[in-house]
Amino acid sequence: MTEAGVGGRPPRPPGRTTVRDAARDTAGVAKRNLLRIVRTPQLIVIGALQPAMLLVLFRYVLGGAIRVPGGSYVDYVVPAIFLEAVLIGGMTTSIGLAADLKSGIIDRFRSLPMARSAVLAGRTIADLSRSLLSLAIMVGLGLLVGFRFHAGVGSIIAGMALILVFGYAFSWLYAAIGLATKDPETAQIAGILPFFVLMFASNAIVPVATMPSWLQGFARNQPLSVTIAAVRALLEGGPAGHWVWQSLAWSAGILIVFFAISLRLYRNTAA
Amino acid sequence: MGAAMIEVEAVTKRFGSTIALGGVDLVAEEGRVLALLGPNGAGKTTLVRILTTLLRPDSGRARVAGCDVVADAAALRHLIGLAGQYAAVDELLTGRENLELVGLWYHLEKREYRRRAQDVLERFGLLDAGDRLVKTYSGGMRRRLDIGASLIARPAVLFLDEPTTGLDPRTRNDVWSFIEELVSAGTTVLLTTQLMEEAERLAHQIVVIDTGSVIARGTAEQLKARLGGATLEARVSDPADLERAATLLAQVGDVRPRIDPDRQLISIPAAEGTALLVAAGRRFEEEHIALDDLGVRRPSLDDVFLALTGGGSGAPPEFPEGAE
Repeated sequence: MTEAGVGGRPPRPPGRTTVRDAARDTAGVAKRNLLRIVRTPQLIVIGALQPAMLLVLFRYVLGGAIRVPGGSYVDYVVPAIFLEAVLIGGMTTSIGLAADLKSGIIDRFRSLPMARSAVLAGRTIADLSRSLLSLAIMVGLGLLVGFRFHAGVGSIIAGMALILVFGYAFSWLYAAIGLATKDPETAQIAGILPFFVLMFASNAIVPVATMPSWLQGFARNQPLSVTIAAVRALLEGGPAGHWVWQSLAWSAGILIVFFAISLRLYRNTAA
Repeated sequence: MGAAMIEVEAVTKRFGSTIALGGVDLVAEEGRVLALLGPNGAGKTTLVRILTTLLRPDSGRARVAGCDVVADAAALRHLIGLAGQYAAVDELLTGRENLELVGLWYHLEKREYRRRAQDVLERFGLLDAGDRLVKTYSGGMRRRLDIGASLIARPAVLFLDEPTTGLDPRTRNDVWSFIEELVSAGTTVLLTTQLMEEAERLAHQIVVIDTGSVIARGTAEQLKARLGGATLEARVSDPADLERAATLLAQVGDVRPRIDPDRQLISIPAAEGTALLVAAGRRFEEEHIALDDLGVRRPSLDDVFLALTGGGSGAPPEFPEGAE
């Protein structure tokens, strides 16, 4: 099986990577990561546990003490927890990439002629399917604790899609964190920070109007708040367009910036 | 001699204030094995990472299979295989899945990579385990799979970074046989090792590096010859014979022998090797001196390595080709 190299001259260097090659490379990486997800079902269960605890905490422990204008608290908080479940799931992107760096698998990938973006794109795509699964679990749990949809099917689907789009964009931020930290434990701790800031300084749990004025500007306009506002409106059936466009713009911005940063980190990485 | 498949010229690399490589030159010919020998931290892995496009050199030039490792990195990746120090295979995939994916990433067509994955499994004795998850594999099986994965694209040049570290002697022997087969089929191999036995068995050329510089190069025989050549050693059965035996060896070798009374051992330099051994044996028989042992001892590559790298042996490095 090794006739290569026999006979005087080295083989002719092949041509550039085509778009088809890049797509196949990415599909290969996605397949690898999907197989890993399927073969560690315990991770899916434990991954769903964290947002489930948040759900119970805000529905039953703290929810009774929080008043929101014009509606029930369960309908207010559950859409935010849908989004948080997806973001928590996204942390596996940074942990997984850091683990791959540490194990030497990324070294092998980088020595192969595969497209440079494939390792990252394949992983984020596979993690998107994990997000879809954890979102489905959370919708089931949400309905169980009394959350109700009030909008039409199209609007509900749009709301779910918006969550996944935002979650996908955010997974590129997690990819950058994983590549920058190069260590699964550090990646995990570092990955909680942006999530923590965005979740608590937002409209996710309490209305922004209850916060000090210096915080309101940030809390009202940051990407998570904008997306939660859009999702709430879509699931409630209210006018959502304004928020939806803002959320999509944030997602596009996050995606572009952290795609570029991640790719650069991946190219230059020397774990 | 074959064409040069690996050419390294004055390559340097530093990490912060640490000089990992201080100007390394080497050449590996097609279809040959070049062993990079050196202690931990000598710069072996850094050089492999540069040659496999994972790191850029700070200065100097390196070409592999006719491709510059910086300018032609993308083309070069089609032509090389790398098996690193850690078995870079995915535990949650089967052996076959690991191989097929690497084939896909080399841009082989599906039919082709499936066939080659099957070939590798057969060849590396992994056929029965091929559809099991790698996490159930032993260390030796993982290493074989890892090396097999690096061969999927039938690379012209194969880089093996400490391919047998941590393997038991039997598995190590298997891996050596695989490497020998590959080389006889024309693959050029650069391997790093700390094991003299490995370098001695596989390598046509040995380059010894320490603290980022080449401190010696040559075949195993050449390196050993530099350490002063062979000695003839005779161990007498009866300590009372020590003087007589010494006189006898002095006559045979025409030199003053070295006597080690504690070990009842007498030794003389034996540049002519076997001829001297036969002559000495005949004389001992004529004089009826009983011996426990008589033989020509050559310095091992271990002795060379320790002498060169100052690894605790008494012998100072006294070779003209010092660090440049």
